[in-house]
Amino acid sequence: MTKDNSEYLIERRDNVYEVVIGLEVHAQVTSNSKLFSSSSTTFGAEPNTQVSLVDAAFPGMLPVINEYCVKQAIKTGIGLRAQINKRSVFDRKNYFYADLPQGYQISQFKYPIVGEGTVVLDMAHGQKEVGIERLHLEQDAGKSIHDMDPQNTLVDLNRSGVALMEIVSKPDMRTPDEVSAYVKKLRSIMRYLGTCDGNMQEGSLRADVNISVRIKGSDKLGTRCEIKNVNSIKFMQMAIDYEANRQVDLIEEDKTIDQETRLFDTKKNETRSMRSKEDAHDYRYFPDPDLLPLEVTDEFIEKLKADIPELPDDKKKRFIDEFKVSAYEATILVSDIDTAKYFEEVVAKMGKNRDMKLAVNWITGELFAVLNNKNLEITQSPISAKNLAKLINLIKNGTISGKIAKTIFELMIDGDIDPQIIVEKKGLKQESDPKALEALIDKIINDNREKAIEYKNGKEKLFGFFVGQAMKASSGKANPQLINEILKKKLQ
Amino acid sequence: MTIDLKTIKHISKLSRISVDDAKANKLAGDLNSIFDFIEKLNELNTDNVEPLTSVAETTLKSRADEVKSENIRDQILKNSPDENEDFFVVPRVVE
Repeated sequence: MTKDNSEYLIERRDNVYEVVIGLEVHAQVTSNSKLFSSSSTTFGAEPNTQVSLVDAAFPGMLPVINEYCVKQAIKTGIGLRAQINKRSVFDRKNYFYADLPQGYQISQFKYPIVGEGTVVLDMAHGQKEVGIERLHLEQDAGKSIHDMDPQNTLVDLNRSGVALMEIVSKPDMRTPDEVSAYVKKLRSIMRYLGTCDGNMQEGSLRADVNISVRIKGSDKLGTRCEIKNVNSIKFMQMAIDYEANRQVDLIEEDKTIDQETRLFDTKKNETRSMRSKEDAHDYRYFPDPDLLPLEVTDEFIEKLKADIPELPDDKKKRFIDEFKVSAYEATILVSDIDTAKYFEEVVAKMGKNRDMKLAVNWITGELFAVLNNKNLEITQSPISAKNLAKLINLIKNGTISGKIAKTIFELMIDGDIDPQIIVEKKGLKQESDPKALEALIDKIINDNREKAIEYKNGKEKLFGFFVGQAMKASSGKANPQLINEILKKKLQ
Repeated sequence: MTIDLKTIKHISKLSRISVDDAKANKLAGDLNSIFDFIEKLNELNTDNVEPLTSVAETTLKSRADEVKSENIRDQILKNSPDENEDFFVVPRVVE
């Protein structure tokens, strides 16, 4: 089981502090076109080629909402077991920045589309619930590039206007491990729903981390700082560690913590104040006069509910009930929708005489190792679910040993080759004929008579030597179970 | 509500419109007379009234999730303060 620490405490002198963490996750909505314009959202396009007059905020351009993005937000809300608000309102959040051509971001302030919900985390020490405060729809800004021109900042507006869901948690997390589990769980739920691809490298998922500290046991919240735009789980954990210690040090030195926006410098591994954001919280929100309130009917919501696929928590429960896998194995198998799909396909292809233990071990062991090495997603697996199932069945019915299976597995990688064909071509079928094995063992004992006597006189660890000799003599093809049985009998 | 010089300076900063002291004093006067006039609205009790976002008696129009815009980079970039064929170029803004 992965190790996680159920407690994360900072000790100074006689004081023990705990850390209170809340997250604002920005998840890019999976859609073809932007939230209020018909420009493409495709990642990686040539700069400024997916910018319409609306996205560049030309005078007189009016936003028209993308109905699909509304559906995506509601589906996500359902996945978060949250209240869906039938009426929500778009507001203007006003600030100046070079990558925000409108001079304001269209967001939802007072009336978000989704209200309170819950996310359940599977921690090593048990389950933990994290409350969701709200989810609202908003526009993404463009991208500023600071490292291509020493004098200037270059702006690419391709991302400008792409739909984001801002998911705000309650300050319910207490450890960096919980933050990691929370982000992974959100990502997993959204990937199951198809509402966000969760690709952190491409910036589809990033977070602002709110951190405060307090004496353990206190129920008062301390002054919080917000670490902006952290784009990997590892960096979130590092930023929390640094920031929590910084705040504790300030308290211990009787200094005050300023409520402020900070950024995490990934090179120096520290957070520092963003002075430019001094006035940042003065956003002067007001309802966007270009957009009427967004109203949806019960019928509209019910239709979306009917389309919700089996989500990770339910799938996990079913895997435990139906396939008799452990809770820990189930958690791993369902964490990513594509892994769950692959597993279920292997199970289906194994047929009646299926061996779940083998299936789980081969997927989470050998297959994961190969994917890791080759930096591949499971959808790009070099070995199909069908052929992995065949390999597992060959072990299960005694045709090959587990050890030989590993050799065959390596051979299967290059071209997804049917393991049955490899067994036949290379003559790797396991030797399970007792007579043949007895003859082989007789010869070994005969050749090593002294060792056999030593063994009989109590030097039991020599047993391994005989097994090794037998495997070697059979080029690894001898059925290990039979070898054990026969050796025990002959060496008595 | 009275608008003082400090508020004028703050709004000036937020809106990125520079206002010198002489102008700020005049603005404070103008704004205060406007606000005094608007104050009259406070005489009305609006405790249980939702803010009105639009006077149009219609619902929000939506569109299907289709890509219809084309690449108009050349036209869009004509508005960049500085020339570059791929990007908008602005004075360096970095933390």
